[in-house]
Amino acid sequence: MIGRHRHCIALEEYSREEILKVLDLATSMKEVMRRPLKKVPTLRGKSVVTLFFEASTRTRSSFETAAKILSADTLSWTSAISSVTKGETLVDTARNLEAMKPDVLVVRHASSGAPALVASRVACSVVNAGDGAHEHPTQGLLDAFTLRERLGGLEGKTIAIVGDISHSRVARSDLHCLPKLGARVRLCGPPTMIPVGVEKLGAEVQHDLREAVKGADAVMMLRIQHERIGDPLIPGTREYSKFWGLDARKASEWLAPHCVILHPGPINRGVELSPEVADGPRSVILDQVENGVAVRMAVLYLLAGGAGPQGPERAQA
Amino acid sequence: MSGESGEAIFIEGGRVLDPRGGIDGIRTLVIRDGRVAEVAERVERPRDARTVDARGKWVTPGFIDLHSHLREPGQEYKETVASGARAALAGGFTAVCAMPNTVPPCDNASVAELVLERARAAGLARVHPVGCISKGLKGEELAEYGELKASGCVAVSDDGRPVMSPALMRRALEYARAFDLPVAVHEEDLSLAGKWAMHEGPAATRLGLRGMPSQAEEVMVRRDIALAELTGGRLHVQHVSAEGSVRAIREARKRGVRVTAEVTPHHLALGDEDVARSGYDTDFKMCPPLRGETDVRAVREGLADGTLDAIATDHAPHSLVEKAVEFDQALNGVVGLETAFGVCLDLCRRGILSERRLIEALTAAPAGVFGLPGGGLEKGAPADVAILDPGMEWTVEPDRFLSKGHNSPFKGRRLVGRCTHAFVGGRLVHEISRGGR
Repeated sequence: MIGRHRHCIALEEYSREEILKVLDLATSMKEVMRRPLKKVPTLRGKSVVTLFFEASTRTRSSFETAAKILSADTLSWTSAISSVTKGETLVDTARNLEAMKPDVLVVRHASSGAPALVASRVACSVVNAGDGAHEHPTQGLLDAFTLRERLGGLEGKTIAIVGDISHSRVARSDLHCLPKLGARVRLCGPPTMIPVGVEKLGAEVQHDLREAVKGADAVMMLRIQHERIGDPLIPGTREYSKFWGLDARKASEWLAPHCVILHPGPINRGVELSPEVADGPRSVILDQVENGVAVRMAVLYLLAGGAGPQGPERAQA
Repeated sequence: MSGESGEAIFIEGGRVLDPRGGIDGIRTLVIRDGRVAEVAERVERPRDARTVDARGKWVTPGFIDLHSHLREPGQEYKETVASGARAALAGGFTAVCAMPNTVPPCDNASVAELVLERARAAGLARVHPVGCISKGLKGEELAEYGELKASGCVAVSDDGRPVMSPALMRRALEYARAFDLPVAVHEEDLSLAGKWAMHEGPAATRLGLRGMPSQAEEVMVRRDIALAELTGGRLHVQHVSAEGSVRAIREARKRGVRVTAEVTPHHLALGDEDVARSGYDTDFKMCPPLRGETDVRAVREGLADGTLDAIATDHAPHSLVEKAVEFDQALNGVVGLETAFGVCLDLCRRGILSERRLIEALTAAPAGVFGLPGGGLEKGAPADVAILDPGMEWTVEPDRFLSKGHNSPFKGRRLVGRCTHAFVGGRLVHEISRGGR
């Protein structure tokens, strides 16, 4: 359990305390990751199944690494079949997997709400590894973890998120998470990529990149997906990168000296981020990847109900 | 459940509400030979006469639904004419208009005749088929309106799909004039709507679902009002959901354009935040989608002031298989015949709608829109009558619906108000049993 929750589906439902519980535990998990022998028996005998309906290498690897460090058994299931075309429905797939008695089911799906549908039909815990344009809660948690680590806390900090907010589940999870930890969020992008009513979630909307990053403590650059071009949300990547991309010149002229740069990956080099910025000293992109494992270890641990990384090893049935 | 046609039935002690006849008071309704014989305060009746005790209840003309999907022919696993007609009666509807998007669609006389034949065989609610605007619902060529009318169709509609070609729409409105058929339209600009799953607004943003703006409806309503003005055709706007549409229709009627409109119980009662609260429940997904607050307020006002003539259910049964899927993959549509009265009566209690206007919007108004028989309790008219218990509390349990469709956004709700008896042509065709059915 994470506070009141048996599942980790949406940070919208999570309180500040519940978020902090994960982040605090992730700190000890990160310590485990850095041990020479990175394996603890905490989740021995537990099983974690990843069920991905959308291609993803990094998120799945991150979950599997997290599960393996905790000694859980892992099984990965990939399916490209959508429910309306021929083949098994999502509910049937989930029930079949459930019959294999996993403790945690990690679900990624192109349809918003799919993990919630799965959770309503299975007995095990469900972790949302990204659903449509809804949420990607472990990404929101790892962003918060990284920012907390780099900025020494989030209280009073300003975070700018730049890019296609409309289609971004990362932006939504960040938006439900960071303000609960005391940060202000500014969203920036062309108006066609800012979803209706997003201000109601407590964000400030800005279309001018220079204004958006002014005085910010961190800037999160989102990936521009090529399929959005001609949607027609933007005329093309050339104009996009000119007005909403970050290169070395803009970074040095517009960003506060201490401002760090995040990106949920994978990067479109030369579109939203130039290589010098992505690999430069402000970039915490690889920290995000490492912290992702730690945060997912914390989430899996809390949901699968292990004994804790430092705690006594409990006999497993 | 049947009354012999020669026998008289005395419905006593109820509040007779017949907006068209201007009646609202405690009266006795006498049915004789299947027709309304008398509505009076004092009626002489033989000792052994057949009576129905309607004390504490409302006695109204049978409701008329301008918009139902009975799914037959072709999708009998969702609904049949018979099961739909049974569900209709349970909701107080003694007549329903069957939308033509069946498989095959009702774009020719043989489908219309089949629907009528099934309705006759069922012997329940009256069923009025609606024919297609375009052959095969393809939006390319006009269907044969003359033949459709001759075989019993009361209107034409490509419901479920908008007529995207303004040229075809113009010709439909023009050609339908020859047969005095209303052209009923599903208004949705498909290009503006895009690949949507719900109403575009803050709720869609939070849920990460693609939104369809209210303007996708409004721009089409405005186009078709212009075309109705051009052609003098009878335009009927189905399931109005947007504030801008209400405004456009109100202005057009003021100018004398022949346009009528309907609104569904779910668009009156629910909004996009209910989709969010439901947690991606696909029983909250339909077209047009549940709208935002200002739209909901506007359709309520539009119904109250008569801009929107009628309440129509857009009863759209689907099987569980089509709904127990990802939200964006689920089919659009909800059932509505059995819950309409209870859901709408709540608007009266909240001061949004008068009781008289509610009943008018379910009876005389829809009859007027499509020029249908019924909708009033005039002496000599076929006795299509509903008896309603405005105080009956009940819980919506889709498993107990008479419709084959269980896809109701009102499941689990406590409603107050329910039909207890329905008569068609003087025959008692529905009676609720004690404590449910």
